[in-house]
Amino acid sequence: MSASDPSLLLLGAALVSATPILYAALGELLIERAGVLNLGIEGTMLVGAVAAFMVAHGTGSGLAGMGCAVLAAAAFGGLFAALVVGLRLNQVVTGLAMTILGSGLSAFLGQSYVGLTLGEAGAASAAASGVYVAAALACAVIAALFLRHTRPGLLLRTLGENPAALDALGLPVVPLRGLYVVLGSGLIGLGGAFISVVLTPSWIENMTAGRGWIALALVIFARWRPLWIVAGAILFGLIDAYRFRAQVGGASWIDPHFLNMLPYVATLVVLGLQSRRPAQGAGTPTLLGVAYDRERR
Amino acid sequence: MRAQIFGAALLTLAASLSPAGADEPLKAGFLYVGPRADAGWTARHDEARRCLEAAGIKTTFVESVPEGPDTARIEQDLIGQGYKAIFATAFGYQPFTQKVAKQNPDTHFFGIAPTIAPGANIQNVYGKLWDGRYLNGIVAGRMTKTNKIGFVAAQPIPPVIAGINAFALGVRSVNPKATVSVVWTLSWFDPPAEKQAAVALVEAGNDVIAQHQDTASALQGAIEKGAFAIGSESDMSAIGGDKVLTGTVWNWCELDKRLIKSVQDKAFRPGDYYGGLDDGVVGLAKMSPLVPTEVAKLVEEKRTAIAGGTFDYWKAPLKDNKGNVVLSEGKALGLPDIQKMRWLLEGVSGAVPQK
Repeated sequence: MSASDPSLLLLGAALVSATPILYAALGELLIERAGVLNLGIEGTMLVGAVAAFMVAHGTGSGLAGMGCAVLAAAAFGGLFAALVVGLRLNQVVTGLAMTILGSGLSAFLGQSYVGLTLGEAGAASAAASGVYVAAALACAVIAALFLRHTRPGLLLRTLGENPAALDALGLPVVPLRGLYVVLGSGLIGLGGAFISVVLTPSWIENMTAGRGWIALALVIFARWRPLWIVAGAILFGLIDAYRFRAQVGGASWIDPHFLNMLPYVATLVVLGLQSRRPAQGAGTPTLLGVAYDRERR
Repeated sequence: MRAQIFGAALLTLAASLSPAGADEPLKAGFLYVGPRADAGWTARHDEARRCLEAAGIKTTFVESVPEGPDTARIEQDLIGQGYKAIFATAFGYQPFTQKVAKQNPDTHFFGIAPTIAPGANIQNVYGKLWDGRYLNGIVAGRMTKTNKIGFVAAQPIPPVIAGINAFALGVRSVNPKATVSVVWTLSWFDPPAEKQAAVALVEAGNDVIAQHQDTASALQGAIEKGAFAIGSESDMSAIGGDKVLTGTVWNWCELDKRLIKSVQDKAFRPGDYYGGLDDGVVGLAKMSPLVPTEVAKLVEEKRTAIAGGTFDYWKAPLKDNKGNVVLSEGKALGLPDIQKMRWLLEGVSGAVPQK
């Protein structure tokens, strides 16, 4: 196979398309495994994206931008954690509010950065895109091993399944949940930063264009398993890359509108299949979306 | 809040009491569908507003107004504050503008054509963007080495389709062997997807990539993969450098000045107005130094000819890419035909996705 082999090019494009969603879905997986439903993925990605661009533009280093994106998104996640884990606000409403807040905040902060380029830093980051792709895959493997084979991983699973048991063991449920929200948000921010620094080195408001919602669907599609998230993200990447390649040089045999819809259809199918065999192995954290209140256990 | 409402009520009262504001200077209020910093459509309208401001006309604006019922409330607010010329710069504002216009017959409204909600005090404007695309096509046709040119397009609506067809005619006028491949992103705004589309086109051997999208991402993808790019909406050479050969840009400034003047001179004309290369509403972005002088000269010649009305590139007979005759011998393609265009020209590879 040569470097210009079409199937290889398709796979390369698919991996690049998959990466922002992979980071975001892995972050969301950590948060949901801890029992918190975070609908603010899109907003968190945008905060990461704008922070990464601003810092990369200021310092001329894409890596510094990516690092600051993690910090900014983690801080944004900290606010969400304080509201839903600390104050036990409704997670659905708060998550949606965080999406809107993240979109508005990033647009506000990024106003003067629209239309700017990263120059050398952008070219260097784009050239290093393979590193970021590989890092995302590595994150997934680490997350899988962590959840499955380590004691903290077991504790994380219990956080979403039976936080009262952890509390009885004398472990701090609320701070632990908060910690995973912050960590997961950092990863989600990295997904946004990948778009603004590596994929399309530029900033424009709402540039994630709905990828946060795809990540949310992907976590359900993967039934909360990291390696399935990799499979799902690559599948999405293939669809995303294929829908343009199918059109080049002739009429697409499959309607591009239909391809755009496919990730959501796949999620609904998986949800439907899952409902037929509930409880065992379904993967949904039992207490997903329920705030832990020690007084009411 | 209450004080504001009271204030607004007082202002309205004061406005209705003053003698029709006959000698009061005309003030212009703008509604934008996006943020001023969108690097495309809204940014160009805001530039026109600042240009009116520089010409001594007082203006104000409200940005990111969705194309919905809020439109009417915001227009009423602006009118209450004494803005008697309203620029509603999105197509979807029309039905709401129509209602407000009926209640405010002494205010003049400027929307985006084609008109679907007419009124005696409403004029809708747009530009013959496709004329600019024809000129871009000439540059693309001369600069391609592989004879394969790509076009990343947003939504399959007539103004976009007409732009692609005009572009292909421009390409073919200088390079009959070249083909144009269209890829639809089906979104005005999805930077990663726009880039992917351009990358897919370059990897398939296209070495000049044109676009009709709201961001510069397709252009970025093309240049990153070593192809030339052609911009849209605004001058994108700052983003891509010399590899951005040229592009089309919107210039609303002079038109907006004339529209204001038409109100002041009582020469207002309701209905549609299409600007173009002649009045500068549609212009060309800076020509890259990589474009040979003779090509730039040819483009300039054609620009003058189209603007002067001596040259029409929609030459019969035209066939679509399924072999149907869409313009038979002896007929001319008028604006109404372009507004309904749903076919891609012969030699353009791609399909018009059906809604």
